[in-house]
Amino acid sequence: MAAQGDKPSDQSNGKSGRSALAPRRVWIPVATTVAILVVWQLVVAVGLVPNFLLPSPTQVVWALGADAALLASHSATTLVEAALGLAIGTALGFVFAVLMDRFEGFRLAFEPLMTVSQTIPTVAIAPLLVLWFGYGLMPKVVLIVLTSFFPVTVSLVAGFDSVDPDALDLMRTMKATRWQTFWQVKMPAAMEQFFSGLRISATYAIVGAVIAEWLGGFSGLGVYMTRVRKSFSYDKMFAVILLISVLSLALMKLVDALQRAAMPWKQAEGRGSK
Amino acid sequence: MTEEDAVQVPALEARHLTLSWDGEHVVVRDVSLTVAPGEVVCLVGRSGCGKTTILHALSGLTRPREGRVLLHGEDVTGVPGRISYMLQKDLLLPSKRIIDNVCLPLTLAGTPREEAYAKARPLFERFGLAGCERMWPSELSGGMRQRAAFLRTHLMGNDVTLLDEPFSALDALTRADMRSWYCDMARELGMATLAITHDVDEAVTMAERIYVLEGEPSAGVPSSVREEIRVPRPAGGMSAADFALTDGFLACKRQVLTLLR
Repeated sequence: MAAQGDKPSDQSNGKSGRSALAPRRVWIPVATTVAILVVWQLVVAVGLVPNFLLPSPTQVVWALGADAALLASHSATTLVEAALGLAIGTALGFVFAVLMDRFEGFRLAFEPLMTVSQTIPTVAIAPLLVLWFGYGLMPKVVLIVLTSFFPVTVSLVAGFDSVDPDALDLMRTMKATRWQTFWQVKMPAAMEQFFSGLRISATYAIVGAVIAEWLGGFSGLGVYMTRVRKSFSYDKMFAVILLISVLSLALMKLVDALQRAAMPWKQAEGRGSK
Repeated sequence: MTEEDAVQVPALEARHLTLSWDGEHVVVRDVSLTVAPGEVVCLVGRSGCGKTTILHALSGLTRPREGRVLLHGEDVTGVPGRISYMLQKDLLLPSKRIIDNVCLPLTLAGTPREEAYAKARPLFERFGLAGCERMWPSELSGGMRQRAAFLRTHLMGNDVTLLDEPFSALDALTRADMRSWYCDMARELGMATLAITHDVDEAVTMAERIYVLEGEPSAGVPSSVREEIRVPRPAGGMSAADFALTDGFLACKRQVLTLLR
């Protein structure tokens, strides 16, 4: 049963069952990625595309290493903006979701407006924010709040709606207060959807910060990006793109970790289902 | 009220209930019924005849359009929390461990957690749940979950329970076990029970008396009690499973089925 892949020495004494599948799940995407990188490197090395237009993967890694200190300080700015915006956006989304769940009038009043607000492209509103709030932290945070607020609100409201009405009746027969019912039944029931919303918001947060930084600022990955573009340093362009991806992924993983900590019963369900 | 009447006061009594969902269409008209202390009574009717509507009104979740609900002679019409209510779904909260689920009625009422645990722990074994205290609901089988739901119901501290097709989500064997287990526990705990079901076997197996409902609210005919039947349960503690094989059981089942047709 041991999966004898291209590396027989590796993991040949691994456990059967779940772990027998895991190597396949790892090596297929890894091999694909490596293959694409090799082709890319060859395309540049052979000269199919001029090197000043397309840097090779190794050049990108070198650029990342060479500018590491500078990139770290720009990353810090972007991460602070993203974290602040995400925190405020999530808090605001939570308040809105609770009000929409509690008061039907509030929901009727704001639901269409919120949906419409999501059709406004981020790049259209970002210059206005810079105009209104200047080049500092403010326009970036506001933009992230605006983009991250919506997924959180919508997912929480959907989560609250998903609660079984019979469970609410049961709470009433146990003389639960509205507050008790909210924290003991509605909140836990909405958690799963809340975290999928938060995961979307987290990806928006880094990208939103970078877009706002493009349009003006003193520091941040978006600022770095506009500078290296103006100096035609495409290897550094690619390096910062790579960094943004890594940071977004890290933020998503953080959300996953938070979810596992907040929902200990999910793991039990996973075990029980198969 | 004389002394003799006091002894006769039913645990649960519905007097001339007329019910409607929307205030316009009458679903149930003039239903009266009683459940004696510790007695198990079934209300049988076709799907959609308003059985659940009756339980909602009895539990106090909704107010009847007319009529009253009496608990040991006390008017509890439209007052939730005095009569326990158990559904087909166990409604255990997936986010709470079994012990926290069963203690919910106590903790909601403000009992400190440790005190609630102390009260609940000794009951786990009696309810066939030994060792399940720290488990999540998803780790329990359907039958075990229903036991936990019943323990939670018991900890509500009421002596009248309403059951809404409580075992119909379980597989046939577990269902039969749970029925007789429930009846034994209810008798042991002195829990008066009114169960609704469309399953005639279930009604005749569990109940001491059966009310047969007739009517078709969706066609504009409100439901009402057609007949009250006393199940010819042999004296002397014959098990539910054995009773289901007797002629008395069959005769009673035939009678109920005829009435439902």
